[in-house]
Amino acid sequence: MVKIFRFLKPYIWNLFWVIVFLFAQAIAELYLPTLMSEVVNNGMMKGDTGYIWKYGSYMLLVALGSSFCSIVGSYLSSITGMGCGRDIRDSVFSRVESYSLNEFDKIGTASLITRTTNDIIQVQTLLVMGLRFMVFAPIMCVGGIIMAYSKDKQLTLILAVVLPVMLILIGTLATVIVPLFKAMQIKLDKVNLVLRENLTGIRVIRAFNRLASENQRFEAANRDLTDNAIRVNKIMALIQPAMIIIMNLTSIAIIWFGGHRISQNIMQVGDMMAFIQYAMQVMFSIIMVTIMFVMVPRAQASAARINEVLEVEPGIKDPPESIMSDSQRGHVEFRDVTFSYPGAELPAISNISFNASPGEVTAIIGGTGSGKSTLINLIPRFYDVDSGSVLVDGVDVRQMNQKDLRAKIGFVPQTPVLFSGTVAENIRYGKADATDEEITHAAEVAQASEFITALKDGYESMIAQGGTNLSGGQKQRLSIARALVRKPGIYILDDSFSALDFKTDARLRAGLKKETTTSTVIIVAQRVGTVMDADRIIVLDEGRIVGMGRHKELIVSCNVYREIVSSQLSEEEIA
Amino acid sequence: MSLKNSQQPARQRPGGPMGRGGHMMGMPVEKAKDFRGTLTRLTKYLKPEKYRFIAVFFLAIASTLFSIVGPKIMGKATTKLADGVLAKYAYFTKLYMAIQENMPAAVVNNLKKQPIPGFDFGYIGKILLLLVVLYIFSALCSYVMAYIMSGVSQNTVYRMRNDVKDKLDRLPLKYFDQRTYGEILSRVTNDMDNIATTLQQSLTQLITSLITVIGILIMMLSISPLMTLIAVVTLPVSMLITMQIAKNSQKFFAAQQKCVGELNGHVEEMYAGHKIVKVFGHEEDSIEKFKEINARLYGVGWKAQFISGIIFPALNFVNNIGYVLICVVGGLLVAHKKIEVGDIQAFIQYIRQFTQPIIQVANIANVLQSTVASAERVFEVLDEEEQVPDSEDAKVIEFPQGRVKFEHVKFGYKEDTPLMDDLSIDVKEGSTIAIVGPTGAGKTTLVNLIMRFYEVQGGRITVDGVDIRDMKRGDLRAMFGMVLQDTWLFNGSIRDNIAYGRDGATEEEIISAAKAANADHFIKTLPDGYDTILNEEASNISQGQKQLLTIARAILADPAILILDEATSNIDTRTEVLIQRAMANLMKGKTSFVIAHRLSTIRDADLILVMNQGAIIEQGSHTELLAKGGFYAELYNSQFTGASA
Repeated sequence: MVKIFRFLKPYIWNLFWVIVFLFAQAIAELYLPTLMSEVVNNGMMKGDTGYIWKYGSYMLLVALGSSFCSIVGSYLSSITGMGCGRDIRDSVFSRVESYSLNEFDKIGTASLITRTTNDIIQVQTLLVMGLRFMVFAPIMCVGGIIMAYSKDKQLTLILAVVLPVMLILIGTLATVIVPLFKAMQIKLDKVNLVLRENLTGIRVIRAFNRLASENQRFEAANRDLTDNAIRVNKIMALIQPAMIIIMNLTSIAIIWFGGHRISQNIMQVGDMMAFIQYAMQVMFSIIMVTIMFVMVPRAQASAARINEVLEVEPGIKDPPESIMSDSQRGHVEFRDVTFSYPGAELPAISNISFNASPGEVTAIIGGTGSGKSTLINLIPRFYDVDSGSVLVDGVDVRQMNQKDLRAKIGFVPQTPVLFSGTVAENIRYGKADATDEEITHAAEVAQASEFITALKDGYESMIAQGGTNLSGGQKQRLSIARALVRKPGIYILDDSFSALDFKTDARLRAGLKKETTTSTVIIVAQRVGTVMDADRIIVLDEGRIVGMGRHKELIVSCNVYREIVSSQLSEEEIA
Repeated sequence: MSLKNSQQPARQRPGGPMGRGGHMMGMPVEKAKDFRGTLTRLTKYLKPEKYRFIAVFFLAIASTLFSIVGPKIMGKATTKLADGVLAKYAYFTKLYMAIQENMPAAVVNNLKKQPIPGFDFGYIGKILLLLVVLYIFSALCSYVMAYIMSGVSQNTVYRMRNDVKDKLDRLPLKYFDQRTYGEILSRVTNDMDNIATTLQQSLTQLITSLITVIGILIMMLSISPLMTLIAVVTLPVSMLITMQIAKNSQKFFAAQQKCVGELNGHVEEMYAGHKIVKVFGHEEDSIEKFKEINARLYGVGWKAQFISGIIFPALNFVNNIGYVLICVVGGLLVAHKKIEVGDIQAFIQYIRQFTQPIIQVANIANVLQSTVASAERVFEVLDEEEQVPDSEDAKVIEFPQGRVKFEHVKFGYKEDTPLMDDLSIDVKEGSTIAIVGPTGAGKTTLVNLIMRFYEVQGGRITVDGVDIRDMKRGDLRAMFGMVLQDTWLFNGSIRDNIAYGRDGATEEEIISAAKAANADHFIKTLPDGYDTILNEEASNISQGQKQLLTIARAILADPAILILDEATSNIDTRTEVLIQRAMANLMKGKTSFVIAHRLSTIRDADLILVMNQGAIIEQGSHTELLAKGGFYAELYNSQFTGASA
């Protein structure tokens, strides 16, 4: 939590003025009862109407001053809190954008989203509220006690008894209720979990006729949650009456003891009335601080999560002096590359060496977990190798500027990712200055033009967030078009045809072939049909190359390849 | 499925990140479509708690009344004190005057002999004691009230939640296919939570606030109508100010909400597409866009905060004006002996308590609005059309053979776009039917119809000659076993997950089912064996292992008819072999519908159904279909002789 306060540094003067104005406000608020007591003592008791009018107008001025301070304070705390929130958000987002996939996977997409959005809002709210109340309440509390003390020293002893009682009460209730609140969240999650399972598994549950037992499970979770909530509420029911009774008994005590002091001529009636008001102000500010403190732990957890994001350094950085590759266009080379994911016992791929040149198609095939996607993720330097090196156009990728390196690559991911915006914008993502002709051409090659023109607004049709208004195959084709419009030296296609029907698949591959004659193409595939005519097939098994060559060669020499093929093709087709 | 799953309840509730506790003034409120209707319906839900409500009502009145009388009585004590002061003052003045004016010594002595007027502490003590009793009684009432309410609100919501769950069980699958899980979940948790909080806090608050306002008004009138007039005049002023400011701030809050939505959308998109952003080198554009939205958010955000922050000081100022006026006017009245000093003290306390409940009532109006909107969403679920109930005199097939017939079946997910117009299939007992077609061709449609997850729109489906609509759904589904690619397992032990296949299965049966499914070995290698608890996403075992467990589950169920999905795209080759063998074990002698991916399965099938775009476009055996030269032939050629493309 403290670490996040460094973001307040640029606002140090704002903070100063917030405190000044809130302090002034507190003094004004505290001065009012004193003025009132003067009115009572010297005006009412003596029937001096002129005095009453005079002091009445003083009170009005003080009240005006208090409101003015409060408004200025509110203005300053708003711009400070919100500004600080904005700054935190900017730096978190920029930091996350600089992450390599490694750091990104470590925290996880969903968690990063919450951290950038909700967590920051949580902290921001605490800042805005805190600046307004957490500063004000203590001033009121201390000021109230001082004023009460100045009115009558001995009567302040009442506060010395009441305030500890109040604090102990709040403390005890808090220790009982906080664990219950935590349990509440867990039990609510449980209800959510059971229900979510029931929704996701609805076919299975109905198929297996398990509605009754599922209902029992749900009801048990529901009952548990309800019982806990009732317990919490029953304790909460205590709080308000307890606080009110403490305040009222305090007033009564002040009148009783104050009365005796008045009878002894030590105190005046107006002072006693002011004293009561001070006591109330003190107790209210204590309650206010308590309420604020309820917010702190939540914001604290948020702040810790935000700090975690900010503290993670991106693992992949541009070298201080980058080397631009020479005139070569699209040459990819792996030299004895071994890579393991952080924390993993075994390397994901080991001792990989191969060469891919422009005009060639390299296909990578293998079972799940054999390291296909890992291998291609090393080319755009999503991860750094453990040993060996990946070279693009003769230069180690670690010696290149990431931007320059990736500008050479047209990447098509396994699951197509599109952004909200028009179809044209999405294709143009691959090349910012692409002309309309280039875009339509790319779409045609990707077999996407047909469905695009069928859309209501053609290339200007809006794509919803996550591309939910398109089918999987349509998304895949757009994602291919996006890579094509780049006209890169290297194409990386990570199992990118899986959602296409066979006819489109075939047409697309034929189109691609024409388009990529001068580029290096690296394809990851599941279907043997897709890889059969590649110039080089790399067969991976458990992260190692177990075969490399053309289809005809591998079918003879490589066991794993033969296994894969035989599971998909019939005997006569293999031959 | 997983995509749908990831859409967690994301609906921003009014009150936003602060939750309900800190419902900020001036925030826009969500409104119900049919406020009155929903409210009446909600009231019906509270009917079983009628007596408790009545008790709460009276307790609220008692508690408020007692606390309202307090200041007035306390004022009497103060007055008595002031009287004492004045009497003493008068006595000494008299004495002083007598001495000053050189009155005869007898007079002075006489005066001196009179007792110095003291303070009537007996009276004051009695008053204060009465106050202590009153306050304790009031606090007790308010505690009992909240205590009773805690049960009322939570039990009501408990019943509602169960009702919704029951309802969900009776809804057709169509309902679930059209909605995201997050949407449904949010109704059962967030909306219910909203209702519970309102019942717990706002309802009693509404009662006490109203009584407080009326009670205070009466008490103030009893002290001084003139001062009450002043107090009441400041009221519309405060209301006007609050409303004016609130209206302004709502505009900014709405704009803020929009910016937050935009920002969240951008963050979600950029993070989900992190890899693409990086590989296409768009990090800077993305940051730039973020900063632009963020700056806009700041622009409206601080205004929203500031303006809503003004409400309080502005109100406070109006209050203070009232306070000062009361002091002045009251002081004048006291000076003219129209009222007493204690009355001023009481009045000040009243006026301080006066605005609070009024603001509360205004706030509760908002809270009620959003609660009724929540209730409406819950009732919407309860009002959904249910699936056709099971027929009363349902038929039961005691020894199912597994003959399945589609007779002129007509079906479409939407009434106007039929997928199957006149589909007839005759599946002999023990035969294997392969369903083939590209991804997304609607292969689950068949499963949906056979299992009666969806109703046919024409024709009929029979099992062993009995129309499936003449059977209880439970009995029908008991004849089937399902192993789908979407392996649904729940958060529980592996044993329980397998035992899900059949109620009351013994330990031996479970283990032998696991063995038949080739799952026994891997289960034993897990740290807790059969007692290993699958975590929430069941991510502590691999996809292939999950599939094996679902096969074990189906084996244990020992159904007459099987529905299998061969797709094993996410599974390593070794596990795939295990799964193939396990499925073969399972299929022995049973009618099987297989969503087929393997050529061997397809060619050996007794019947192939070719699906495309949701409809069955061809059916027949492998050779028949090849000879036909239609879609199947083309599909077959493009898939398995890919090199020619």
